[in-house]
Amino acid sequence: MQILIKGARVLDPGNLDDKKDILVRDRKIEAILDPSDTSNLSDSSDVQVVDASGMIVVPGLIDIHVHLREPGHEYKETIESGLKAAARGGFTAVCSMPNTDPVNDNSQVTAFIINRGKYAGGARVYPAGAVSQGSSGTSLAQIYDMQQAGIRAVTDDGLPVENSLLMRRALEYCNGLNIPIFVHAEDKNLMDGGSMNEGPHATFMGIKGIPNAAESIMVLRDIALCELTGAAVHFCHMSTAESIEAVRQAKKRGANVSCETAPHYFTLTDGAVKDYDTNFKMNPPLRSEKDRKAIIEGLMDGTIDMIASDHAPHSADEKNLEFDRAAFGIVGLETSLPLSLKLVQDGMLSMADLVDKMSKQPAKILGIDNDIKPGNPADLTIIDPQIQYAIDPSIFISKSKNTPFSGRQVQGKTFLTMVDGRIVYKKQ
Amino acid sequence: MRFEKKDILDIKSLDTKEITMILDTAQGMKEISKRPVKKVPTLRGKTIILFFQEPSTRTKLSFEIAAKRLSADTVSIAKSSSSIVKGETLIDTAKNLEAMNPDIIVLRHSSSGAAHVISKQVKCSVINGGDGIHAHPSQALLDMMSIREKKGSLAGLNISIVGDIAHSRVARSDIIGFSKMGAKVSVCAPQTMIPNGIESLGCRVAKDMDTCVEGADVIMMLRIQKERQGNILFPSEREYASLYGLNPARVKLAQKDVILMHPGPMNRGVEISSEVADSNSSMILDQVTNGVALRMALFYIVAGGSRHADSY
Repeated sequence: MQILIKGARVLDPGNLDDKKDILVRDRKIEAILDPSDTSNLSDSSDVQVVDASGMIVVPGLIDIHVHLREPGHEYKETIESGLKAAARGGFTAVCSMPNTDPVNDNSQVTAFIINRGKYAGGARVYPAGAVSQGSSGTSLAQIYDMQQAGIRAVTDDGLPVENSLLMRRALEYCNGLNIPIFVHAEDKNLMDGGSMNEGPHATFMGIKGIPNAAESIMVLRDIALCELTGAAVHFCHMSTAESIEAVRQAKKRGANVSCETAPHYFTLTDGAVKDYDTNFKMNPPLRSEKDRKAIIEGLMDGTIDMIASDHAPHSADEKNLEFDRAAFGIVGLETSLPLSLKLVQDGMLSMADLVDKMSKQPAKILGIDNDIKPGNPADLTIIDPQIQYAIDPSIFISKSKNTPFSGRQVQGKTFLTMVDGRIVYKKQ
Repeated sequence: MRFEKKDILDIKSLDTKEITMILDTAQGMKEISKRPVKKVPTLRGKTIILFFQEPSTRTKLSFEIAAKRLSADTVSIAKSSSSIVKGETLIDTAKNLEAMNPDIIVLRHSSSGAAHVISKQVKCSVINGGDGIHAHPSQALLDMMSIREKKGSLAGLNISIVGDIAHSRVARSDIIGFSKMGAKVSVCAPQTMIPNGIESLGCRVAKDMDTCVEGADVIMMLRIQKERQGNILFPSEREYASLYGLNPARVKLAQKDVILMHPGPMNRGVEISSEVADSNSSMILDQVTNGVALRMALFYIVAGGSRHADSY
C-alpha cells in the first residue's frame, strides 16, 4: 500500500518549500514529485490518495517537553493516551520527562516506556532519563545504560539540580556521552512555596509570588557551568525576560546553550490568573507583559530555539482545590500548534521559522534526521492553516483537561499526522 | 437601597455606596448591644455556619455574638473537629454544608481565594472571615467604621499602616478600602514585609517609620507574627521594635488628634508599646466593639434586609 499526499505546500525549512506531492511507501518517503507527474499514480488502486489542497505538509512536529505520567500516574495520562493526544496535536514524536513513579532513572523503566510507546498507535516517544538517581539530586543516574536503552536526553525536570558540583559532574559526564542535559531552572529557596508570578496580581490576590530571579539565577549558574565544561545545556520552559537575555548573551559568547519556551508564556500573563482558577497555575508561572514580550522577541531573534508544550496532565481532583494547594501544570499537546500558529498569523514568525522551532530544532537536539527526503521515515504533519474554531477540552484525547485555553478562538489545526508511514491521526 | 450581592468576599468587589450602606447599617446596629436585652428577632429561623478552618478567637466570637444578637442559629465547625482532617476537600465540605440548608456560611481559611472558590459552589451566602493573605473584609469594614466614628469621614485622611504588609490580609483589605473611601494611605515595614506591587492596591510606601507616621490622622499597627520569625523576615523583636515599633515619641510626629488602631492580638513592646496601646488615642477596644455591630450589619444585609433591623 502506498499513500500519496496531494496538492499541499511542502515546507521543510532549509530544504524545501514548494507545491509537491509526496509518495509514501513501506513506512518511508518514497518520492517527492511534481504535482503534474502524479495523475496516473492517483488513479492506481494500490495508492491511497490524501487530498491536502490548501494544507501545509511539514516534517513531523516534535514536542520535546511532555509528561506522559506512566508508569505511576496512569489516572492523569498513559503513554497511549498521551501519544495519541500528541498525534492529534500534530506531533509525530515527543520527549517524555522522567518524573514518573518509579522515576526513569534506569534502563528498565526506559525500556518499558519505549515498549509501551511502540504499541500506542500515536506519536513516537523518545524518553528523557533522570540526571540523578531518583531525581533526588544526590548522585548520578546510570546515564549510559539508559542511553543504550534509548533515552535521548537527561533531566531532573520538575526539580532543579540544586547541587552545583553534581550539575558540573553531570555535564562533564554527559559531554562524553554526547547527550544533552535539559535544565529545569529554578531556585527552590527563592521560590519559597509560591504559586504564581510575584507582582501586583499576586499581591492583590494574596498568593505567594515566585520572582523572576528564581528562574534566571539558575539559568546564569548553568550557563557558567556550561562554559566551564563545554557540555550542551538546554533550558526548559523559559518564562522570564532575564533568562532570555542571559541565554542571548551566552550564545553571543559561543556557549553551547539552547532553550525552549511554551505557548502559554507567549500567550498569557499573570493578569489572566483570575478568580483563583487553578487551570492558570503552572511552574514556572505566567509572568508579566514585559516578560511575554521578551519571550516573543527571543523567538523572533532566534535566542529561543524551540517551542515545547510542557504538557502536564493532572486530574480534576488535583485542580479543584484551593489555589495554593492545587497541582502545578497544564496540558498542552492539543493546543500547542494553534497557539503557536498565532505567532505566524500576527507576523512575528514566518511559517518556516515556526516549523524550525517545532520540528527541526527539536529533532536536532534529539539526534533525529527528519528532513523530508526520499528514504527517510515518513513522519509528517499536515496542517490546515485556515480553519477557525474554539478550543474545546471535552474532545481532548488526553485523559486530563486542565487547560486555561478552554473556549479560546484559534486558527489552524492538525489535518493529518503520519508516523512511520502510518496515519495516526486524521481530522474528521 | 438593597444589597444585591450574594456574598461578601473582599473589599475590592464592594463599591463606595455599598460600603457606606454597610457602615450606616452597622452604626444603627450598635445600639442593640447596649440594651439590657441584647437581642432582636430579625434573623430568627436563619442558620449561620461558622466554618473556621484556621484558629481564631476574636473574629469567630464576634461573628457568633453578632449572629446571636440577631436571633440566628449558629453552628461552629473547626478544622480539628471537621472532616477536613479525614481528607475531605474544601469543595466537598462546602457542598455538604450546603446540603443542610444554611442561609449563610462564614469561612475562615488559610488559603487565599478559599471563600471565592466555595462561593461559586454553594447557593447560600458566603462571608469571607479571612482567607490566607488575601482579604479580611469584615475587619477592614469595622476599621472604616471606627475611623468614621471618630473622624466623620475617611476622605482626605492620612492613614499609616505599619507592619507585616506582605503576610497580612487585614492590610490588603484596609489599603483597598481606605483608599476607595478617599483616604491617603501610606505603609511602612522592612522591605522583607512589603510585597511586590503593593502600590497598585492604593498606597505609597514610606521610606521609614518616622516619615510614615508624620502628620498621620490614623496609625494602624499590624501584629508581628512571631511564628514567622523562622522565615528570616527580621533578625529580632528588639530590632523590629526600635525600627518599626509605635512609641510615644513617634506618636508625637502624627496629628494631635491621631487615633491609634490595631486589629489584634497585640504584641506589647514589639510593634506597639503599652503606653501607646493604653493611651486615650487608642481605639483598639472600640474596634472590637464595632466588630460585633459591623458583623450584625453584614448578616443583616446579605440575608436580604434593606431597612433598619429594629424596625421589624
